[in-house]
Amino acid sequence: MNPIVEVQGFTKSYRDVHALDNVSFTLSENKIYGLLGRNGAGKTTLMRIITAQVFATAGTVRVFGETPYENDRVLRRICFIKESQKYPDTFRIADVLETAASVFPNWDRELALSLAEQFRLPLKRKMKNLSRGMHSSVGIVIGLASRAPLTIFDEPYLGLDAVARTLFYDRLLEDYAEYPRTIVLSTHLIDEVSRLLEHIFVIDGGRLILDEDADALRGRAFTVVGPAARVDALTSRMRPIDRTMLGGLVSATFWGKLDADERRRLEAEGLELAPVSLQQMIVRLTNGKFDGKAVSGE
Amino acid sequence: MMDDSRPIFMQIAERIEDDIIEGRLPEESQVPSTNQFAAFYQINPATAAKGVNLLVDEGILYKKRGIGMFVAKGARERLMAKRREQFYEQYVVAMIREAKKLGITPEQLSEMIRRGESEA
Repeated sequence: MNPIVEVQGFTKSYRDVHALDNVSFTLSENKIYGLLGRNGAGKTTLMRIITAQVFATAGTVRVFGETPYENDRVLRRICFIKESQKYPDTFRIADVLETAASVFPNWDRELALSLAEQFRLPLKRKMKNLSRGMHSSVGIVIGLASRAPLTIFDEPYLGLDAVARTLFYDRLLEDYAEYPRTIVLSTHLIDEVSRLLEHIFVIDGGRLILDEDADALRGRAFTVVGPAARVDALTSRMRPIDRTMLGGLVSATFWGKLDADERRRLEAEGLELAPVSLQQMIVRLTNGKFDGKAVSGE
Repeated sequence: MMDDSRPIFMQIAERIEDDIIEGRLPEESQVPSTNQFAAFYQINPATAAKGVNLLVDEGILYKKRGIGMFVAKGARERLMAKRREQFYEQYVVAMIREAKKLGITPEQLSEMIRRGESEA
């Protein structure tokens, strides 16, 4: 598969703080990626470097095979929708869409208008008078209608209710099926989007701690509940990523897979097994109690 | 609709298998496209394709070039045989384990199965 973005040994420091610490990864053509992590983990910095808005302290980035800095050939193929997007004070929604139409070569005007209608956007209203949710909706309309070969959404749905978010997911999948492209979704709403994603990156403390096929992660961790001695006996051969106690009971989450035999044996010992959702998994990997260095590449 | 304990592509494959076993997808009928699956379940199209391809590899579905996916002849009988084996593992063994835990004797268990037979 064709790499669209290749990042090697990225480090970004602000004075003596590493916002990103030696991050390397590749984005392939026509996949939907999730970029997950806590606030301040380095997600936005990473996206800003890919889109040539920030220089890396060390490392290289190639987008569509070229360096993105002041490179119009690259930049016009990228659409970056960010939460903090500012618009000129006099701009109405219609003006913003018109500007976008002139910036993005693949812009689909009909799609933009049909999305604007579905998101109930008043085209003549000024951007500065929009609610938070409408502001986000404008970003979503631009992100989808631009049909840019690399489309990045950074927390695209602040202020949007569940109905509007579902509309976004539906229209994203629908348009992606017809016009495949590389999409990056950076978000907190992990369980809500996990099924849309083909591949997942998790950033924590400026480091990339997970780089995995999304579907392969399902069933990759499990929780065991039972008497402390029995549960702790498992830690000799499996790595716990979380452990909590309630009286003599321990609930521990392990990174790893159980085959049917092991599962049966543990259940026969009176231990209770439960699946771990992607969101729970990522919360446990990024809650600061776990050193995630060794997670990838199993 | 999807659970977290297993990859989604396996769950998609199982749903198609269920449809074939229960006759909603007869042999030689056309299966929805991966994009239709993706839109219906709100999942990534590549994941849906992986589930469908699993069944193609097993000979349950076959591809007609340029038209789509179809249910193979004999698919239902093969799936039934596979599911009967799984039934023993998933239900019979699990039931006996739970019965032991609750102190139900094998005789009582047989009696319960007979009673259940008249209710199901």
